[in-house]
Amino acid sequence: MIAELGLAALWLAAALAVLQLVAGALALTPRGAGMAGVVRPVAMVQGVLALIAFAALILLFCQTDLSVKLVAMNSHSAKPFIYKLAGTWGNHEGSMLLWVTVMGLAGGFVALVERRLPEPTMLATLAGQAFVSIGFYVFLLFASNPFERLPQPVVEGQGLNPLLQDIGLAFHPPTLYLGYVGLSIAFSFAIGALVTREVGPAFARAMRPWVMGAWIFLTVGITAGSYWAYYELGWGGWWFWDPVENASLMPWLAATALLHSASVLAARNALRAWTVMLGVVAFSMSMVGTFLVRSGILTSVHAFAVDPKRGSFILALLAINIGGALILFALRAATVTEGERFTVTSRESALVFNNVMLSGALGIVLMGTLYPLLAEAFGAKVSVGPPYFNPMTALFALPMLVVMAIGPLLNWRRDRFARVRARLIVPALLAGAVLLWLGLSSGIGLLPLLGLGLAAGLVPASLMPLRGRNLRRTPLPVWGMVVAHLGVAVALFGMACDSAYTVERLVAVRIGDKTEVGPLTVTLKSIEPVAGPNWTALEGEMLAAYLGGEPVALRPQARSFWAPPQQTSESALLTRWNGQLYAVLGEQAQDGRWQLRLWWKPFVTMIWLGGLMIALGGVIALIGRVVSDLRRLIARDKIAYRRERQGR
Amino acid sequence: MRRRLALLMLALCALFAAPVLAEDSLPPAPYAYRQLDDPSQEAKAKALMDTLRCLVCQGQSISDSDAQMAGDMRNVVRMRIAAGEDPEAIRQWLIERYGDYVSYEPRVTGLTWPLFAAPLVMLALAFLLLRKRFTGKDAA
Amino acid sequence: MSDTAAKAPRWAIWLPLALFAGFFVLVMFGLLRPASHDVQSAMIGKPLPPFNLAPASADRPGLARTDFAGKPRLMNVFASWCVPCAAETPVLAELAKRGVEIDGIAIRDRPQDLALFLARNGNPYARIGADNVREVQLAIGSSGVPESFVIDGKGTIRYQHIGEIRPDQIDMILGKLAEAAK
Repeated sequence: MIAELGLAALWLAAALAVLQLVAGALALTPRGAGMAGVVRPVAMVQGVLALIAFAALILLFCQTDLSVKLVAMNSHSAKPFIYKLAGTWGNHEGSMLLWVTVMGLAGGFVALVERRLPEPTMLATLAGQAFVSIGFYVFLLFASNPFERLPQPVVEGQGLNPLLQDIGLAFHPPTLYLGYVGLSIAFSFAIGALVTREVGPAFARAMRPWVMGAWIFLTVGITAGSYWAYYELGWGGWWFWDPVENASLMPWLAATALLHSASVLAARNALRAWTVMLGVVAFSMSMVGTFLVRSGILTSVHAFAVDPKRGSFILALLAINIGGALILFALRAATVTEGERFTVTSRESALVFNNVMLSGALGIVLMGTLYPLLAEAFGAKVSVGPPYFNPMTALFALPMLVVMAIGPLLNWRRDRFARVRARLIVPALLAGAVLLWLGLSSGIGLLPLLGLGLAAGLVPASLMPLRGRNLRRTPLPVWGMVVAHLGVAVALFGMACDSAYTVERLVAVRIGDKTEVGPLTVTLKSIEPVAGPNWTALEGEMLAAYLGGEPVALRPQARSFWAPPQQTSESALLTRWNGQLYAVLGEQAQDGRWQLRLWWKPFVTMIWLGGLMIALGGVIALIGRVVSDLRRLIARDKIAYRRERQGR
Repeated sequence: MRRRLALLMLALCALFAAPVLAEDSLPPAPYAYRQLDDPSQEAKAKALMDTLRCLVCQGQSISDSDAQMAGDMRNVVRMRIAAGEDPEAIRQWLIERYGDYVSYEPRVTGLTWPLFAAPLVMLALAFLLLRKRFTGKDAA
Repeated sequence: MSDTAAKAPRWAIWLPLALFAGFFVLVMFGLLRPASHDVQSAMIGKPLPPFNLAPASADRPGLARTDFAGKPRLMNVFASWCVPCAAETPVLAELAKRGVEIDGIAIRDRPQDLALFLARNGNPYARIGADNVREVQLAIGSSGVPESFVIDGKGTIRYQHIGEIRPDQIDMILGKLAEAAK
């Protein structure tokens, strides 16, 4: 019953999306102006219906309804409740349903609250959103129906991959998806602006909060995913340049560029065509990423719905959506002028530099990810990994970060470097001192060295925009920028520290043996069997003493799940302000000793702290923008009200 | 072939565990989970292992993998480093056996040069597009 | 506002679409190509590296590089813990019956497991070397079990077969051996 209800809601939502597209398109013609009133309500109802369908699927998973094929294949009655819930999106069909739900809700939300754009542009935007949605509805209904029933209910489900049975990962996909798919709004805004040729500051101001919202989720999602990979995979790595990670990084790079170019367009009416282009590219990268992940055409550690038929379907959607948008861009951009010019030393110029570098990094990541495929077309197998991505992205990222220190201090349009020089002396001296000191004293690699030096300079530099301001009167978006830029410096510091100063100890020990790792002394105290709801494990108890202080207990586990059967190692972490101890229990050797893997990772937590600060900066800026928009609206209403009274 | 459907999940070797990849019962190779005594040699070995692809779970480097094959490859790398061999010679030795696929560090060849030309091309493109965007005069 | 007339050049406006078209063609190729995760050995056409493996089973000698002289031989990389290897044994027996000399390299096998495996599935091997840390397997560019290599009379690797040899592939393998004999 619930499954049928969900399916019905999904069909209705799809039908409404068609209506939304047709009505929106007609409303743009002189004769169909009467349709204009329909579009917004339809968009809202469509979002609600999609949400109902998704809620139905969640309910099916929570009840472990084994007559539904998707539940039978991905869930198990013995699984803890929270992972039953997470099982909803931990599979292809469920995640595609989440995709259309987010698209529908985002469109509905825009229809509900967005009043700043000219109405035709708004209609075109909603029609564009519906156009993209329809493709995914068709995909769901005809090729990935999540509500399909089995002819015979099965006795027990097949379970969820144990690696996914982790609280960190349970909410990683929805977060990432809100970001990924939220960018569809930017795409539709770009389409709307191109259709009606309304590319200007108003367009940028309207689009910016939506992009910001999606970008916040994307930032949190990537940060959480990286931390999850770090503690769950058992080797202490936090970024692998795996195709699937790259698939989430590419939309983030494009969205970050878009946020910055949108502020140029909003403030200075420049970079018009470029901003529209980025709006198209950001969501295109989400779709490309989804395609790469689902089609299985690239070798990745991630296991997915590897199905060439699905791949072809998503590729067709890609061709229609991205190809269509790019053709529209090419036809219309010829009439979109690039807007105001500026001098080399100006805020615009710094932001353009940021955009060039982010796009360059995006190009590198895209190219490196796809290159193995290209090589294969020529009959060769090559791998492109960290030794390529690290230096090549640093080539773009490091100069960009230098400019990030200067840009926010510059005035719009034209400025003199001499004016801001005084405020850059401290950061420059600090960066130089750190570079000199570390460069001469320790033999760390070039990239970590540059990273540490730059981070040292960036911390004070990112606070500089606050200097000379009344902090209580500083607008929230400025605070947001400062926090986000500081977050970048903090994350960079963590990355550089981890890669330069990590201490690794692989040892075989008996109970009672002591091991030194960095500032810690680790003693293996005992190994005991323990049992969980759907696993059993060997649990090691370790005592870790920081610099001879009071020992703290850590309990890493080697878990065996039985549905489906799989081994995982649960690392144990001990966090100190200046780093983290990472402990993994390995196998027992024939002589009875236990394999331990221990790492002391100085300041590694700064990576994710930085990531969260970047997202927090976004939140602060978003609140600032929304509040000022609301104030403006209220003020306008007041004026209107007063006029009305006076008129009376 | 219908593999388990799963989204955005890391499923390591164990999930690929078709019977072909069933693991054996012999203990790991001597240097699979043991570091070299000389820290500078171990650092060299570690740096090399980070850039070699595990041939069984193909999305991971051998230093991040629990697969037995990765352990055996770490063993080979550490033994050869301990014997005084140059890391790049070991990389070359593996490439001679498994092709460029085994190394995460692409070499500059007739096929891969665009990877290395890409940054220059992109910067040139940016310059071409942007050179008219600036007014010549800075603020006086 | 005389500056606002600046426009992007025409080629730049079409560039994104051109790049996307390139991407499309590339991934079309990727979708159409048969999915394969096999890693081919790059050692085909090259001589076997020197090695000398201890016997893996009580009733067969070990395997050394110097054993590959005279007529072409089939070198089978296998293990008792690998299911397709067990499925492959009747085919190997058939090949042995037709006069093919087969040498085995047992990967990471305990003697008792291997003895049980051979007792249950038959023993088509002339020699079996024990490769306990995949020393030889890595040296010949093999990345899994089972794999079979055709080695000619001079000890040169002529052909690599990845996965089990199926019954309908017997003639193909015999053909490769005959080719190696030339």
